Amino acid sequence: MTPETPKETKTDACCQTGDVAVVDAPPPTTRRHFLFQIGIALNVVAGALITVPILGYVMSAFVKKFDLEWTNLGPISNFPEGEIRIANYENPYRRPWDGETARIPCWVRHVPGGTFQVFAINCTHLGCPVRWFAESKLFMCPCHGGAFYENGDHAAGPPPRPLYTYEYRVNGSNLEIKAGILPNIGNPGNPTEKVKGEA
Amino acid sequence: MIANAKKKITDAALGAFGWLDDRFHVTEIFEHTAGHHIPKSTSSWFYVFGSATLLCLIIQLITGTLLAMVYVPSADQAYTTLTYLNYDIPLGWMLRAIHYWGSNFMVAIMLIHMTQVYLFGAYKYPREITWMSGVLLLLITLGLAFTGQVMRFDEDAYWGIGIGASITGRSPIIGGEAVQMLLGGPIINSETLSRFFALHVFVLPGAILAIIVLHLRMVLLKGINEWPTPGVLVNRETYDKHYATIIRKEGIPFTPHGIGKDLIAGAVVIGGILLCAIIFGPKGPLGPPDPTMIDAHPRPDWAFMWIFAVAALMPDWAETLAFLVIPPIAIAFLFALPFYNNTGEKHWSRRPFAVLTVLFLYLSLGLLTVWGFTSPWSPDMIAWRAAETPAPFVKAKTPLELQGLVVLQQKQCRNCHAIDGIGGKRGPDLADVGSRLTAPQLARQVIQGGGNMPAYGKNLTPYEVDALVAYMVSLHPPGTTPALDSAKPAVYPEENSKKNAKPEAAHGEAG
Repeated sequence: MTPETPKETKTDACCQTGDVAVVDAPPPTTRRHFLFQIGIALNVVAGALITVPILGYVMSAFVKKFDLEWTNLGPISNFPEGEIRIANYENPYRRPWDGETARIPCWVRHVPGGTFQVFAINCTHLGCPVRWFAESKLFMCPCHGGAFYENGDHAAGPPPRPLYTYEYRVNGSNLEIKAGILPNIGNPGNPTEKVKGEA
Repeated sequence: MIANAKKKITDAALGAFGWLDDRFHVTEIFEHTAGHHIPKSTSSWFYVFGSATLLCLIIQLITGTLLAMVYVPSADQAYTTLTYLNYDIPLGWMLRAIHYWGSNFMVAIMLIHMTQVYLFGAYKYPREITWMSGVLLLLITLGLAFTGQVMRFDEDAYWGIGIGASITGRSPIIGGEAVQMLLGGPIINSETLSRFFALHVFVLPGAILAIIVLHLRMVLLKGINEWPTPGVLVNRETYDKHYATIIRKEGIPFTPHGIGKDLIAGAVVIGGILLCAIIFGPKGPLGPPDPTMIDAHPRPDWAFMWIFAVAALMPDWAETLAFLVIPPIAIAFLFALPFYNNTGEKHWSRRPFAVLTVLFLYLSLGLLTVWGFTSPWSPDMIAWRAAETPAPFVKAKTPLELQGLVVLQQKQCRNCHAIDGIGGKRGPDLADVGSRLTAPQLARQVIQGGGNMPAYGKNLTPYEVDALVAYMVSLHPPGTTPALDSAKPAVYPEENSKKNAKPEAAHGEAG
C-alpha cells in the first residue's frame, strides 16, 4: 500500500458527488508522478523516432531528384526529313508492373537541314495528348482547343507556353531523347530548351 | 395453459434483455443517440438529406469493400480486373454500377443537404463545428470522387491524372516537386495508381468516418436545428434556453417518432441507386490506359465538369489564379461562414443575399457543367474528314469556289469551323461568313491568323488562298448582302459581290 492510495479513492468519490473542493493542490513528487513524466518523455522520443522514417518515406517522392536518361526512339530513317511522326519510347523508370503506362508517345519533327525537334505529347495547358494535323500543320489538343505550329510555338487557345521538348541526340543511326518525366510547368524536363517566353 | 407459456416466454425475454442491458447499457445508449429528442418541426421532408447522405456512404463502404476483393491496383492489371468485374464475375457489373451511382447520389444529396442547412441558417450559433465538419466532409467526398475516377483506370483516368499534374505543376517554386509528390514519382505509372488507391481506400474513408463521428456527435450535443421562423433571431445569450424550451414543449424522440421520413427517403435513395445501376450500368472502363493511344478525348466525371469548363473559359492570365488561389480562398470562406455570420435571422425569406448566393452558385455551376459536356471550345478532331457539307453550301458554286470548299475541308478548317452547325464549334460558323467579312479581310485572317486563329500563310499556296476566299465570300444566306468595305463608296450588292468573287481581290493588300 502506497501512501497516496487513500487520497485517490477520495478524489474519485469527490468527483462522483460533484464536490470539487476536496481536490487539493497537485500531489508532491511521487513515484507515480515520476513514472508518468518518464512515460511522456519516452513517448515524445519514440514518437519523434517513428516520425522520421514515416515522413522520409512519404516525402521521398517530393525531395528525390530523378535524372533523365537517354532513351532510344528508333532509327533516324523512321523520321523522314521535313515531316512530323509519332514515336513511342519505354519509360526509363519503368516498373515490371507498369503495363501499358510504360510506353510513352512523343512527336518527332525532322527539321529540313538535319536537325530534330522532339515534342512531348502533353499539351502545355493541362497535359492532354496533342495530335498532329499534317494538312493544316498544326498540333491540336482535344481538351480546351489549344493549338501549336509545327515548331511547337503557341498558335491558339489557352496553352501558356510552346510545346515541351526533349533533349535529343543522334547515336549512330538511332535518335535518342532524354526521357523519364511527365513535363509540366513546374518541371518542363529539358534544361537545354530555349523558351521564347509566353506566346 | 397457452397464456401461461406466453407469459413465461415474455418474462424470460424481458429478463434476458434486462441482463444484457445491465451489461451493455443499451437503453442508456439509445436514449442518448437514436432516441434523443428533436423539435417536432424538424421531422420534415427537408431534413432527410443528411441521413440520406450517410446511407449513401454506407452503401459505398460495402460495395467498395466488395470491389476491392477483386480489383488489383496495379497499372498492368487494374483495367483487366475492371473488365473481369464487368463481364466475368456474377453481378460484378452490378456492384460496379451501384458503387458508381452511389457516389453520384452521395455527392448530389450532400449538396442538397448543405444547401438546406445553409438556407435554414443551421450553421449559426451554436452549430459552428457541425457546419465546419460538414465542409470537411464535402471536401473529402469530392476527394473520394476524384480518386474513385482514377480507380476506373482507363484512358480518362490516365489523362485525368495528367490534368491534375499540370494544375499542380503551376504551384510557384515547388511545382515540379509537388507533381512528383502527386504521382509518386516523375511520371504516371503503377506507383501513381497505388497511391491513389491508398487514398481512395484507406486515407479518405478513414478520415470521413472520423469526421462523421464528430459531425453526428455535434448533432446530438447541440441538437438538430429547429424549423426557422421569420423574425426569430439567433442570440448567443438566449438561444440555448430557447432551444431547451422547444425541446421541452414539442420535443419528440427521433426514434421512433421522428425517423419515419428519413426511412422512406432512405428507401427511395436505395431504389434510385439500384434503378440507375440497372438502367445505365457501370461507367466504363473506356479505352485502356495506354498513353500511346493518343486519340483520347479526356473528360472528367460530372462533379468536376465545371472545372473543365472553367479551364477553357478563363482568360489565360487568370488560370493559375483560378486553379490555385481562388479555391483555397473560397473554401476558407465556406469554412469560416459561421464565424462571420453567427447570429441573427435564420429564415430564408429574410435572407435575400443567402438565397441569391445559392441561386447564383447553382446557375453558374450548372451552366458550366452543361458547357463542359458540350465543350464547344474543343476542336472536332475528325470533322475535316467526317463532317458533311449541306447541299445549299455546294449548289451553284463556281469551280473556283468548289476548289475553295475542298481546301477548307482538306486543310482541316472544319475541325474548328462549322458550316451551318456541322463541324467544330471552336471558331465562328462559316455559314454566313461572306456577309460578315470582305474578301481582303478573309484573306488577311487566313494568312495572318488573329484572335484565336492560327496563321495559315505558310501552309497555303496563293491559289489555295484565292479559292478559299472565293468560297467564303460566296457564303451569305439568301436575302443578305455580302460584307461591304466601309472605306469604299457604296455600290450595289450585285456589283460588289462580282468584284469580290474575282480572284485578284484575294491578293489585295491585307490592311
